[in-house]
Amino acid sequence: MSAPRKLSLGQRLTLAIPYLWIAAFFLAPMLLIAKISLSHSVLARPPYAPRFLPSDTLAQLWAKAQTLTLDNYRALVTDSLYFDAYLTSLWIAAVATLITLVVAYPFALAMARSPQRWRPFLIGLAAAPFWTSFLIRVYAWIALLKDEGLINNALQALGLIDAPLQMFATTGAVIVGIVYSYLPFMLLPIYAALDGQDPSLREAAADLGASPMQVFLRVTLPLSREGVIAGALLVFIPAVGEFVIPDLLGGSDSLMIGRTLWNDFFANHDWPAASAVAIALVSILLVPLLLWERARLTDEEGRQ
Amino acid sequence: MNRAGNALRIATLCAGFVFLYAPIVILAAMSFNASRLVSVWGGFSTKWYVALLNNELLLESARISLAAAVLSATIATILGLLAAVALARYGAFRSRLLFFGAVHAPLVLPEVVLGLALLSCFVALGVGRGFVTLVIGHVTLTMCFTTVALLSALRGCDPTLEEAAMDLGATPVKAFVLVALPQIAPALASAFMLAFTLSLDDLVIASFATGPGATTLPMRIYSQVRLGVSPQINAISTLLLGFVAVALGLSALAMQAGRRRGL
Repeated sequence: MSAPRKLSLGQRLTLAIPYLWIAAFFLAPMLLIAKISLSHSVLARPPYAPRFLPSDTLAQLWAKAQTLTLDNYRALVTDSLYFDAYLTSLWIAAVATLITLVVAYPFALAMARSPQRWRPFLIGLAAAPFWTSFLIRVYAWIALLKDEGLINNALQALGLIDAPLQMFATTGAVIVGIVYSYLPFMLLPIYAALDGQDPSLREAAADLGASPMQVFLRVTLPLSREGVIAGALLVFIPAVGEFVIPDLLGGSDSLMIGRTLWNDFFANHDWPAASAVAIALVSILLVPLLLWERARLTDEEGRQ
Repeated sequence: MNRAGNALRIATLCAGFVFLYAPIVILAAMSFNASRLVSVWGGFSTKWYVALLNNELLLESARISLAAAVLSATIATILGLLAAVALARYGAFRSRLLFFGAVHAPLVLPEVVLGLALLSCFVALGVGRGFVTLVIGHVTLTMCFTTVALLSALRGCDPTLEEAAMDLGATPVKAFVLVALPQIAPALASAFMLAFTLSLDDLVIASFATGPGATTLPMRIYSQVRLGVSPQINAISTLLLGFVAVALGLSALAMQAGRRRGL
């Protein structure tokens, strides 16, 4: 490891501009909500009254510091509303991630096995929805899933069902929404992993007598592990904190944590509670991130 | 590949693309439905588009959204470029790890958390919320995406060319602008486009960061969507989708032209 480099004045200025922006509008605000999460909710009637003032004397600061409270965090565990919301979020995100994987893997495999000259076009087609409005794509599903929506109408016209199926405002609808909206995030990393595989490995396995299924299970699938992990995290992590999809497609049984935070903030005006929810949410999401980083590192070590 | 495998591959591709595109196509088709009801086809009509043109509130939010997207994407691309240069070229400077982490963190942070943090900050500073705070929020959200895009582009281009330019007497800034910048021009364009579409689409950060005077288009759409499916919203959604499709097509052409020039 070499010693840190000394930067020239110009380099320091280049670095300072994005640094200042991040410090002012990302790091400081995050510290601020960490602080708000430790304050009493009684102080938090809007507008938010700052607990520490620059004009405070040391004695005043100390007195105020003693009123810091962990009540907001305690509520996250003891209040079943929060606890259920966390569990629901993790559960919905996990199921949706699994289904997305099941949908995306064959799709990615089919793209990776397509003729070389078709692949850029197929990838472009698969990635294009990522660029279109997320809100509108979720909204499109309302018209499909409603009681008088297109799917129920079609099923009734075919005589498969008599009464409309309750699909809208259910947990299932939220899962469909997540699978649909996040599919490109799963598809592209898996495709990248499959596309990078050396076809001679599969040929060798086949030459040695492996059936196509065995080739898939013992060569293709293990070698695409990194893409699967990356895709799963790219779907799971944002899905846990998702707000728009459960709010538009979900019912009261799919109260996810992002919606709880939103309600605490906009409806109940309970800033300390919302801040505690936010900080706890970030802490939960750090776990899969660290696991990912560890998996990546062991993977790199394995290759060396 | 055998014939059965080929048929399976094509069937999988078709199923995948139908899943991805059917909801969007149905939405667009419904915007031309004369009937107000989703489930009834009342004939072809463009009346919802005409109604849009008379909807002052929606048009005003569209203007605000476009202005915020252009401005925030510009700032985010510049900041992302500076951050990417620092990360790609400055070696192991002190606090590089903190900088790297802070630049990438908003990528994985739930938007509700970032929105809440920004709003708390604006209120603590006593700043009135409106267009300026909206742009600040969107720059903070999108600059991590532009940084990542530009970082990988900068890593892909050879620093020795710049060093050669400096050996020949160019200042570092001049060498960067004349040598490296043209090489990453396509990445700059796509980073801008990415930030632009993210800002245009954002609902969550905007709801936290903006004030009564600057309601964005997604916020307006969202408040109407909660009341139910409306043909006017289908129409404006179709316009937005068409807008993105044209922009994507243009940027694909630009990339191709760039590749042909050997970039």
